[in-house]
Amino acid sequence: MRWLNSLLYLLRSLSLWDLLRGLRLTARRLFSRKITLRYPDEKTPKSPRFRGLHALRRYPNGEERCIACKLCEAVCPALAITIESEERADGSRRTTRYDIDLFKCVYCGFCEEACPTDAVVETDILEFHFERRGDQIMTKEDLLAVGDQYEEQIAEHRKSDARFR
Amino acid sequence: MPDWMADLSVWLRVGEILLGAMLILLPLLAVVAYYTYAERKVVGFIQMRLGPSRVGPRGLFQPIADVLKLLTKEVVLPAQASRGLFLVAPLAALVPALGAWAVVPFDDGLWLANIDAGLLYVLALTSLGAYGIIIAGWASNSKYALLGAMRQAAQVVSYEIAMGFALVGVLMLSGSLNLAAIVQAQSGGILDWFFLPLLPLLLVYLVSGVAETNRLPFDVVEGESELVAGFHVEYSGSAFAVFFLAEYSAMILISALTAILFFGGWLSPFEGTQLAQAVPVLDSGIHWWLLKTAFFMFCFLWFRATFPRYRYDQIMRLGWKVFIPVTLIWIFVLGAARYTGFTG
Amino acid sequence: MAFQTLLFYLFGTVLLAAATAAVTLRNMVHAALSLILSFFTAAMLWMLLEAEFLSILLVLVYIGAVLVLFLFVVMMVERHTPTVHRRRNYRIVASAVAAVMVAELGMALLAPDFSPAAQPPPAPLEYSNTKALGSVLYTDYALAFEAAAVALLVAIVGAIALTLRVRPDHHRQNPARQSRVRKQDRLRLTDGRSEPPC
Repeated sequence: MRWLNSLLYLLRSLSLWDLLRGLRLTARRLFSRKITLRYPDEKTPKSPRFRGLHALRRYPNGEERCIACKLCEAVCPALAITIESEERADGSRRTTRYDIDLFKCVYCGFCEEACPTDAVVETDILEFHFERRGDQIMTKEDLLAVGDQYEEQIAEHRKSDARFR
Repeated sequence: MPDWMADLSVWLRVGEILLGAMLILLPLLAVVAYYTYAERKVVGFIQMRLGPSRVGPRGLFQPIADVLKLLTKEVVLPAQASRGLFLVAPLAALVPALGAWAVVPFDDGLWLANIDAGLLYVLALTSLGAYGIIIAGWASNSKYALLGAMRQAAQVVSYEIAMGFALVGVLMLSGSLNLAAIVQAQSGGILDWFFLPLLPLLLVYLVSGVAETNRLPFDVVEGESELVAGFHVEYSGSAFAVFFLAEYSAMILISALTAILFFGGWLSPFEGTQLAQAVPVLDSGIHWWLLKTAFFMFCFLWFRATFPRYRYDQIMRLGWKVFIPVTLIWIFVLGAARYTGFTG
Repeated sequence: MAFQTLLFYLFGTVLLAAATAAVTLRNMVHAALSLILSFFTAAMLWMLLEAEFLSILLVLVYIGAVLVLFLFVVMMVERHTPTVHRRRNYRIVASAVAAVMVAELGMALLAPDFSPAAQPPPAPLEYSNTKALGSVLYTDYALAFEAAAVALLVAIVGAIALTLRVRPDHHRQNPARQSRVRKQDRLRLTDGRSEPPC
């Protein structure tokens, strides 16, 4: 039995059986469908839950949603959020400063989940860059501007995901 | 002035040789450039990627961009390197790889030199290519480069023997060392080509060829997972490009020789049949040689995309304990067959 | 002056320079590389003598294989080797050997075989000295040829026998056995349930 096994092994290795099988596999792959995405021209679909660039939203009447409760600041694991607030003339509490340092941010989405008014959200924008040091700190104005620009999309994504929240 | 200098025919001959060399080398350089493109495309396709596709339509200008990049980069000389040898090494690798093309017959009567011991000449030159790598590894004064050079030295010596023995079989069947005569000895259609009676030797030759050119799965000389980049760690810019050129032209040379020695060079597989007489394209000619060479060039890439790198001691074992016995046995079988008159 | 003569002097000069460098250079790798250059130019000189088979064989065997191993050894030596201590008696023995060799070479060169008149006429174009050499080697000198081959084989076996040390305490891999391993020998597929420890 042992010599038979040896003979079989010898035949198998001298006929290059295993190697030929490998070559057959790669030859098949040569003609298979290619999975490369030519990135800026083609993009992978994104989930509505995608956590990208932050934004601050407003109510439909133009009033900002953020009530300066500082829950996001408290929950932020990277200490990326800085909030200062004061009482406005109408007695409501609003932020005077809302900074997110995007270099510190780890895009975990905790701020979004902590927010009682759905004010701070993460959009699905992932292609952004900064050209000067300091630009990475998004101020309240920057965040509101992002929110204003993409409100439609943000609202749609919240709506499609609402069932699971 | 000596009288041979005044003789016009001498100068005409010199000019003829130079022109012939140019006619071989310039297309060869173009083929090397596009061979790198083909390599990236084929390996990419096998890995279900697209490969280079940005520079020009379908990435066709990629090699040109690569060449421009390599030529404009600085050649960095390591501080403790042996200067002269460091710069000589790429040339020592390139010259044999290009020089061997002098005796390659492309078609009946189409060759630069038709020397009597052509096969030996080719074998000698391919073995010389190792010096470029060994010198480079030593002159770089880097431990990785030196280790690559040592591996190269051991690998070349082991595989050259197997390669030489594989060619002995070709000699026994053709009875000549002349490459053109070897091709002519295979005339008579596909069944008369040497790959059938010499199948084990063909495999040994092909694998040794891959090992001699340091291609995957035998590229322990570079072995980036162990030796960073092996012998060319310290090389950059055009000096690196010359190594690249040497490696790829050696690959093309091995492919061309496989086509010539085992697959009848320029001969058509339909040679002598009515089909070949009816359709001129199917008759023997340089296109058949090109086709066969291209196939083996593709095989180099195919092997690269398929097989993982051999471990160094496995390479040594394969060379000494498998290939040399196999070739010796087959040479003996061939000798016995000839002696008993089984083959012509 | 014929073209061949010019080539002869060119190669001769390079050969002498390389050979001198091979024995005088301090750096052993440089010396070995000069030796390679001198072998190469010697091969070119043989080519001029129309001994192209021997010439290519010199390149193939000596440069392509033997000197690669030489370099292999020399490269492992430290780059700046300390100067060898010179001893007087070596010099005496060395010069004696050199004198004998010079005398022998002189005698050989002065013999009528090496005079220009003794040069054979140029061979016809289709003359193949590979074939000629082969037919002489395997007929007239077959015994000497085989004896030389056996001597080399004995030397190989002897070299291996002398240097092979089997160390029982030395763990080493056996690539032959490793490559024979099959999937069944190493891999056991279970159904994913935990098993009692064996």
